[in-house]
Amino acid sequence: MSKTPAIELTGATKRFRTPSGALHTAVRDLDLTVAQGEFVAVVGPTGCGKSTTLTLVSGLEEPTEGEVRVYGEPVTGIDPKVGFVFQQDAVFPWRTVLSNVMAGPRFRGVPAAEARERARDWLGRVGLAAFEDRYPHQLSGGMRKRVALAQTFVNDPAILLMDEPFSALDVQTRALMSDQLLELWAGTGSSVVFVTHDLDEAIALADRVVVMTAGPATVKEVFTVDLPRPRTVEAVRLEPRFVELYREIWASLGEEVRITRERGAGRAA
Amino acid sequence: MPLETETTSETAPENAVPGAGKPPAVTTRTEARQRAARNRKLGVYGARVAVLVAFLGLWEVCARTDVIDPFNFSQPSRIWDQIWQWITHGTAQGSLGEQIGYTLYEALTGWVIGVVGGVLLGIALGRIRFLADVFGPYIKVLNAIPRIVLAPIFLIWFGLGPASKVASAVVLVFFPVFFNAFQGAREVDRNLVANARILGADNRKVTFQVVIPAATTWIFTSLHVSFGFALIGAIVGEYIGATKGLGLMVAAAQGTFNAAGVYAAMTILAVVALLTEGLLTFAEKKLFRWKPADAGDGR
Ligand SMILES: Nc1ncnc2c1ncn2[C@@H]1O[C@H](COP(=O)(O)OP(=O)(O)OP(=O)(O)O)[C@@H](O)[C@H]1O
Ligand SMILES: [Mg+2]
Repeated sequence: MSKTPAIELTGATKRFRTPSGALHTAVRDLDLTVAQGEFVAVVGPTGCGKSTTLTLVSGLEEPTEGEVRVYGEPVTGIDPKVGFVFQQDAVFPWRTVLSNVMAGPRFRGVPAAEARERARDWLGRVGLAAFEDRYPHQLSGGMRKRVALAQTFVNDPAILLMDEPFSALDVQTRALMSDQLLELWAGTGSSVVFVTHDLDEAIALADRVVVMTAGPATVKEVFTVDLPRPRTVEAVRLEPRFVELYREIWASLGEEVRITRERGAGRAA
Repeated sequence: MPLETETTSETAPENAVPGAGKPPAVTTRTEARQRAARNRKLGVYGARVAVLVAFLGLWEVCARTDVIDPFNFSQPSRIWDQIWQWITHGTAQGSLGEQIGYTLYEALTGWVIGVVGGVLLGIALGRIRFLADVFGPYIKVLNAIPRIVLAPIFLIWFGLGPASKVASAVVLVFFPVFFNAFQGAREVDRNLVANARILGADNRKVTFQVVIPAATTWIFTSLHVSFGFALIGAIVGEYIGATKGLGLMVAAAQGTFNAAGVYAAMTILAVVALLTEGLLTFAEKKLFRWKPADAGDGR
């Protein structure tokens, strides 16, 4: 494939100024390439800089050093090709469910009638058609997350950044949503970067799993998941190759998690 | 609670009403609970009325028995007579309705101008860092001036008519609204702004469709307080110099040593303030349907 990669981070570094004035490096010298149509899962210890990496790709933040490219173009500001499902709740509390999902197309100048139609279509796909008149505070946490998914997908993003989108869901719903995500993704051919703490989820969904180091984040190791598609989460979990991959990635990640833990304990002491 | 459950389950079979198992017991219990809640409410209202009656009664008795001097402190019956006289025969400045109308008109005009100005400037400064840095110190200085002393100056500038009262109301209303709008615009959830931008909103859309809705809660809290301020501004303005209005009635009554008149005007003012407050609460309930109910009940 000689296509330009969907996402290309080269030597990306991000430093934040902490309230005390010191510099905190969240991401250091990160190289990562995501091909068009590829599904990449990112795992790493908590606080290592995964969310920060996604904000660099989205254009919400600029890298302090290094370069971020999307479809070969350097990122300067927010790219309309990018969709981002945030780790925290970010649906608009003063809008109804339908209006929340319509927000993206409306912001982009789509006429109201068409936006409503597209939004209804996506609400149906995430199973919330009956709730379009509710306000977010009248929904459960999992339902709000699905509103966020519909809100992102309705814009047809070519690049999909997902930051622990399912971490608020129960195990069953999570498996269901994962299968649904795979279906949606197969239909759109978009490139996905999916941050998660759940290795099962990472392996079941992704073409490649990227393990990050303890903060500041760099790529520690990349595992190619050579399991055939189409997959369903429950079935793929039982394959011997899955178990083997799980063990390898777990060992690689476990080391970083331990380093993070020890640091935290050291600081607390 | 457990005691209650036990007694119901024990007594139910003894009552031996055929077919009356659990559901009737539950109904009676909910009914009992509703009745208790109603009784409690009635008790509170009853006690409130009793406090008022006791206070007015004591005042009346003390005045009649010359424990306090009725010339200075007046007494409820005289105040009522005064109000009744104003209602039936009008005041020295014209009908009572006209005076209330004047004061309300000045307060409302001042309030609207102050609120619009405060909200616009608050949001603008909250959104645009440069403006906040430039104007911040000036606004702090202006805020430090005790603004009620501006009323005489406005009287000189704008004369005895409504304009000087409107101006006093504006300066009193503007600052609390401004600070709340500013704070509201500053403290918008960063995630919401980030989400809107990713979804395709430009700066203008972020301001109008994210910042302003998010700041309305802040702004509305200031609206309640600030309407009271607008009334104060109008009344003080009228008190200092006017041709019509409730504040003028207070001043006129004071000038003739009519204590009952001062209290009567104050009573009318309190009623007017309470009514407008009720209207605002009603509007707020309509506007904040998207909020969880408990936040609204908390007030
Ligand atoms: N705006 C900011 N200002 C200062 N420091 C920040 C900021 N955002 C993130 N950080 C710091 O950068 C580091 C990485 O944060 P990030 O949110 O990317 O972690 P993460 O890998 O997503 O963690 P988690 O898995 O817990 O979500 C953290 O130490 C955090 O404190
Ligand atoms: Mg994160």
